[in-house]
Amino acid sequence: MVFLLLSVSMKSYSNNWNSPYTSQQVNKQTLFSSFSSPPKHLDPVVSYNSNEWAFLSQVYEPPLQYHYLKRPYQVEPLTLTKMPEVKYFNQSGEAVLKNSSDIKFSEYLFELKDNIKFQNHPAFVKNASQYLYHDLTPQKLASIHNVNDFAQQATRNLEAADYVYAIKRMALRQNHSPILDSMQSYIVGLKPFSKKVTKAFSQQLKASGTKSKETYFDLNKYSISGVQVIDKTHFKIKIRGIYPQFLYWLTMNFFAPIPWEADKFYKQPGLVEKNITLDTSPVGTGPYYLAENNPNRIMRLLANPNFHDEFYPTSGLTKDSDTALLKDAGKRLPFIKEVVYSLEKESVPLWNKFLQGYYDASGVSSDSFDQAVSVSGSGSMNLTKAMQVKGIKFLSQVEPTIYYFGFNMTDPVVGGYSAKQQKLRQAISIAVNFEEYISIFMNGRGIAAQGPIPPGIYGYESGKKGMNSFLYNWNENHASRKSIEYAKKLLAEAGYPNGRKANGEVLSLYYDTAATGPDSQSQLNWYRKQFAKLGINLIIRATDYNRFQDKIRQAKGQMFSWGWNADYPDPENFMFLLYGGNATINTNGGGVNSANYDNPKFNKLFEQMKTMQNGPERLAIIKKMVHLVQKDAPWAWGFHPKSLALYHSWYKNVWPNALANNTIKYKRIDVEQRYAKQQKWNSPIIWPIILVIIFVLLSIWPLKKAYQKRQQIMLKNKKSHDLKLKGEVS
Amino acid sequence: MFAYIVRRLLFAVPILIGVNLITFALFFMVNTPDDMARAQLGAKQTTPEMIQSWKVDHGYDKPLFINTTEHSHGLLTDTLFMQESLKLFSFDFGQSDSGRQISADIYERMWPSLAIALPTFIIGLVTNIAIALLIVLFRGSTLDSITMGLAVAIMSISGLFYIIAGQVLFSKTWHWVPISGYAEGLEGIKFLILPVLIGVFSGIGAGIRWYRSIFLEEINKDYVRTARAKGLSEIKVLFGHVLQNGLLPILTGVVVVIPTLFMGSLIMESFFGIPGLGSYTIDAIQSQDFGIVKAMVFLGSVLYIVGLILTDISYTYFDPRVKLS
Repeated sequence: MVFLLLSVSMKSYSNNWNSPYTSQQVNKQTLFSSFSSPPKHLDPVVSYNSNEWAFLSQVYEPPLQYHYLKRPYQVEPLTLTKMPEVKYFNQSGEAVLKNSSDIKFSEYLFELKDNIKFQNHPAFVKNASQYLYHDLTPQKLASIHNVNDFAQQATRNLEAADYVYAIKRMALRQNHSPILDSMQSYIVGLKPFSKKVTKAFSQQLKASGTKSKETYFDLNKYSISGVQVIDKTHFKIKIRGIYPQFLYWLTMNFFAPIPWEADKFYKQPGLVEKNITLDTSPVGTGPYYLAENNPNRIMRLLANPNFHDEFYPTSGLTKDSDTALLKDAGKRLPFIKEVVYSLEKESVPLWNKFLQGYYDASGVSSDSFDQAVSVSGSGSMNLTKAMQVKGIKFLSQVEPTIYYFGFNMTDPVVGGYSAKQQKLRQAISIAVNFEEYISIFMNGRGIAAQGPIPPGIYGYESGKKGMNSFLYNWNENHASRKSIEYAKKLLAEAGYPNGRKANGEVLSLYYDTAATGPDSQSQLNWYRKQFAKLGINLIIRATDYNRFQDKIRQAKGQMFSWGWNADYPDPENFMFLLYGGNATINTNGGGVNSANYDNPKFNKLFEQMKTMQNGPERLAIIKKMVHLVQKDAPWAWGFHPKSLALYHSWYKNVWPNALANNTIKYKRIDVEQRYAKQQKWNSPIIWPIILVIIFVLLSIWPLKKAYQKRQQIMLKNKKSHDLKLKGEVS
Repeated sequence: MFAYIVRRLLFAVPILIGVNLITFALFFMVNTPDDMARAQLGAKQTTPEMIQSWKVDHGYDKPLFINTTEHSHGLLTDTLFMQESLKLFSFDFGQSDSGRQISADIYERMWPSLAIALPTFIIGLVTNIAIALLIVLFRGSTLDSITMGLAVAIMSISGLFYIIAGQVLFSKTWHWVPISGYAEGLEGIKFLILPVLIGVFSGIGAGIRWYRSIFLEEINKDYVRTARAKGLSEIKVLFGHVLQNGLLPILTGVVVVIPTLFMGSLIMESFFGIPGLGSYTIDAIQSQDFGIVKAMVFLGSVLYIVGLILTDISYTYFDPRVKLS
């Protein structure tokens, strides 16, 4: 029966019984990937999550993008003809030179490429001068279940106004853009515009008694003083002062174009009821469009037939890179025609499907680490023989991320800036051995941080130059952590000899954490042991995530662990985590400086450094800043994680890029090779089926015999019982 | 019977109000609207303006139970509790805090859950009853002892083990079925075979032990002795008489479960990539989405009450002695 059902359902599937895909999908340029948590928001103005950007960045095109191959990371035009032209102005609006000290505003001029078209979409369909689907009736909506169900679809050219419209949408508070408050301090006129449109929309909602999701607000009637459309292909943005990092923001989906027609179309109540909104069904100009959005099962992208000319890079490879990465140089993008993302919440099925060849690439969870990777005595990682036999390849890179162990600098015991207080934190920073942590809890996937800047970000220095000399000694060719004896000496100088206070009591410190599960116990015990090396008693204060966040925001914690992923490859994006102006205690909990580090010298250098262009002068300032924080030790520095990606030999042009998300367009699949390997690795094994059938058949006979025997005994018993009864009667 | 059903449904109203009140109180004891805003906004830097705007937009700016700024009826009605509760009783679940229509999501996700739960339930029930009757047929024999020993062993092992072992054996090693995934229509059968088999197998231990004890209790009753005395074979006695009378206690435990089948199974759906309702509530609790939590708790309670009423009704069909009044 089971096999009959199997054969029925196999009809349109590839030859393998265990293939989760149809033969049609397997035999074309389809990328099979997975996602672990359902995307909540696909509205580019709202989404600020890497899981969501994995889809969004294939659909939307902000003005700029990161070069796929070049390192260090370099920004290049995406929908622009060239990089934006920047002009500088003084307070009275007169143009000034780039190096002038009188700069009060910077103006970015954008020129769009010609003939970029949006994906086909019902929002653009016109009937004479009317939009056909902008006023849908319940009858028309009856047969509509997703945006692809509309009979007609149309497109139009990308215009400068679409980029401006996106910024206007960002300003509307009801859209809940996570970067509105940051951008208000830069983009001229955004703040008053935001107040004005938010108020007007609130009034409109009050009057209509409807919800913001299903009410269209015409943003075209309003304008932002600092954001102007010049003509169909030109627009400009004026920002306050100099902010070189603004270019990095322009690579993000927040600045992707939104056609007003789509905004209006999706605000129809009938569509909102069916979960068809801009938050679920994006409309972009990118290489792909979202053909299926079932966040609980599958997300499917198809190549956008209207995609403009874009070609694989012809240069930019670093010297030691694989030259095969330039094999497709100059070819038109994208190569992959369909991307199928399946929801895989658990790592075990994901890993097994990767080994069967049903996923083209995979990460490595700690469960499968030993199966996939062998670590040599020197710490270098290699694939195991089993992986090599399958032709699997791997890429590893240190992420532009830091997970740090922070001290609350406002705390009377671990905080403060005196030499004694510095020594206490330095002693703890030596004792908490993150090399050991990486080895035990991360399978060696990470490097201990020497300062706030991760590798790959300007200002990071490797080797002896970048070593934190307060915690490490240079030993021949590597940095080695200073001894516990040295840490104890520092602790004694801090006023806690052998971890005891002046009155002889053991020094007790508090570690706040949201890690309350049984899985975290080993890590918490490890922290206790690190402090015990110094004779300090570490008390764990575990709580739920909400209360933990409250404690950190209100500076009520003493020590904690926290992390930061780079938004863009600039040291400012890490240094601002220690800038006094961003201290949570100074910002009513809104700042990112959770340690509340507030050193005037550092703050001054930060303000100087943040607007500078990269160069020797900026590097010198960064070095000073790093030295200051290394000495003050507001963090015990923690580690930078290393990502490890495995991929099959048929998956081509794979190159790690931690900052770009729109990289699928560069990848290619060798379809024949994949099909051949999938067939080879997955041919069904029949003998257990035959064995089961034989067992079932063989069991019938003894069961039948046993039943007959039992019946005979029962009959015999009945007869003797009847005879006995007869005897009693007679 | 109609009057009985109406009365039971009316009794359900205060129960549902109570359930809703407890859900509301427990949820907001752990999560404040500010926490919810932060979780939903997901921004690296969440400003007070962003939080306030989110709360206003989602109605979480109102007081929880008593609105002291209002005077007459608004004191109680213009509150978060009333605003969130009233619509539930008309089965208008509204939007989740992330902006999706909850009814549409439930409708979409209940079918995959049913696709697993219904065959597992029916096949499991039939299999358990059949095996239990077979054991009763050979009661006291070595087969009975071995099967009971195996049943205890099956019960003692975690369901997670069966899932992982099943995936490794049937999918990874023997390549019979996909490890995980889901498709609609006939094409989806290949994805359902393994989870259904595992669901049936993992429930077999408890099932046969329970049904065996029910049938053994029946087998010593007078009507069975009479049937045997009439010369009926043991198979006819078991399937013709014992099974029919044994169904009544089985119904007690089974009918109540039927309406809740579409609520899905958390672990099974997670491991097999089934897009059902199994993880809907848990995910909502983790992401602090009160819209979904309140809707699913309410729905679960309604279905449980419906299940109990159905059980009572089914008694009247299977046991003529029972009258609902």
